[in-house]
Amino acid sequence: MKYAWYPGCVSQGACPELFKATLAVADKLEIELVELKEAACTGAGILSERNPELSDTLNARTFAMAEKLGLPIMTICSTCQGVMSQANFKLRNDPDYLAKVNETLALEGLEYKGTTKVSHLLWIIVEDIGLDKVEPLVTRPLTGVKIAPFYGCYILRPTMFLDFEGHPERDTYIEQITTTLGGIAVDYSGKTRCCGFPILTMNEKASYAMSGDHLIEAKEEGADVMVTPCPLCHLNLDAAQPKAARQKKVQIGLPVIHLPQMLGLSFGIPPKKLGLNRHIVNTKSFVAKVPA
Amino acid sequence: MEVAVKIKRFNRESGSGPYYEDFKVECDEHEMVLDALIKIREYQDQSLALRCSCRSAICGSCAMRVNGHAGLACNTKITDALARSDTIVVEPAGNTTVVKDLVVDAKPFWEKIGKVQPWLSPVGPTPDHEYIVDNADMLALNQVMGCIMCGACVSDCTVLEVDKRFLGPAALAKALRFAGDPRDGIQAERLQTLGQPGGIWDCTHCFECVQVCPKGVAPMDQILELRRKAVEQGFVNNNGARHAESLANSVKRSSWLDEKRLIVESYGFRNVGALLGLIPTALRSLLARKMPPLFHHKRPGADKVKRIFEKLESK
Repeated sequence: MKYAWYPGCVSQGACPELFKATLAVADKLEIELVELKEAACTGAGILSERNPELSDTLNARTFAMAEKLGLPIMTICSTCQGVMSQANFKLRNDPDYLAKVNETLALEGLEYKGTTKVSHLLWIIVEDIGLDKVEPLVTRPLTGVKIAPFYGCYILRPTMFLDFEGHPERDTYIEQITTTLGGIAVDYSGKTRCCGFPILTMNEKASYAMSGDHLIEAKEEGADVMVTPCPLCHLNLDAAQPKAARQKKVQIGLPVIHLPQMLGLSFGIPPKKLGLNRHIVNTKSFVAKVPA
Repeated sequence: MEVAVKIKRFNRESGSGPYYEDFKVECDEHEMVLDALIKIREYQDQSLALRCSCRSAICGSCAMRVNGHAGLACNTKITDALARSDTIVVEPAGNTTVVKDLVVDAKPFWEKIGKVQPWLSPVGPTPDHEYIVDNADMLALNQVMGCIMCGACVSDCTVLEVDKRFLGPAALAKALRFAGDPRDGIQAERLQTLGQPGGIWDCTHCFECVQVCPKGVAPMDQILELRRKAVEQGFVNNNGARHAESLANSVKRSSWLDEKRLIVESYGFRNVGALLGLIPTALRSLLARKMPPLFHHKRPGADKVKRIFEKLESK
């Protein structure tokens, strides 16, 4: 299986461990990745706030690059996935708009015909690879480990842009993968809510209240670890966890890991190679719970 | 078909807390969740309290949570509600105070609507005849005028769950209805007020309101439109506007995010307290080697990205 890989800004910025873990896991899953090194930021939903056409054009440019390679795109960030899905939906369903965007892409000799499929690694594992193919790769099952999923808004809503009609169970994939890897999926109401990251600098207190609430709820439901397919959520749940805990006046100490780190650990990849030592909340307690 | 319905009950006068009660009710496949609730009230438990009126998704009275998400009970098909579950779970709207069972106190909702001055305030001399408005200007407001004030968006708003000051999606969408009307004469004042804490910059982009709105109003999109208008009018002295400006500049310069600079520029260089507050997180990140590159570099192809910015920003 071969994909045009869009790693996104954060896996090359504040979450370098995600980049590393993705490469290690892709190797095990026999996913061949062709990195789109010239692709720009998606705009993170913020650029479209100022200038929707500009944001859609940058994404169309990325889609055109993948189209030229004849490959679908693989993302590893819920936000990148959501912003790209929304842009792709608009471009595919409005030929006049697509033509207008292509006028700008012509500046560098590119054209987007509207054929590129964009999928998050989370979807690729369930829909393209299949959980039955993942199961035999598990050499260190997550037996007895309680894992709380945290999806990230952009990969869940609005469902009309994310093809939930074709794949109505996309909001259960983390749990399905968890079970396949031998772990126990923890159910709690916060798993599909907002981490609070987008308002971190605008309303810090509300932002920490959101991440704190979800972390505390997951812990109360017995979670040993939280797993997310979104590095932005990861920043507010892991890096900001000490501040959220201080605001909530409780000890939280819940490790938060990236989706490929969970997969990698169960595939027997050493924790260090997955960057599990590069988190703010120490992941040792979680790793120790996974039978060697 | 026999339908299992689990309803969250609460009676303030009883002195005890909320509880769930299970019902079984005979329904036809074409019926709505509201039909099931009315049958329960009429034939099984007359004490069940709920609001409803038009049964046609026009009056907005029957907003409540069905299977955890807000919507109108009168336009939620029983078969859809049972698509992924054996039981339909019905709860009162969220972010409100429950009066009894599925009836919530609507007063705070209307108070917030009132805060955005939901009426036109023209300035200048009154025209001899009617105010003439361009068709295209009103078409742009069509979506937001579709709001029926049901409060589904407010029920599932993730910011309101943690900050009651937030005006919320319904009131802010209503604010655009007037701030975007060419007959209104106080647009600048409106946008300035809406830019204060609790206003447009506090929306967290969670899309819950877009997802649950039964009339396709997409309140979050209307909030983003208000942000665009506020920036256009020069109301940029706040963290939200600075964040958007910094992000755009970063992508224009280098084709990707300069995260370190983004956070500093969002707070503003003069906001010493907030910047000092970043130090503990920065130190923890440094120790964990969880940091962006020390020197932000341009991505390959950054010049091409810059050209796209220059073309589309000049429009």
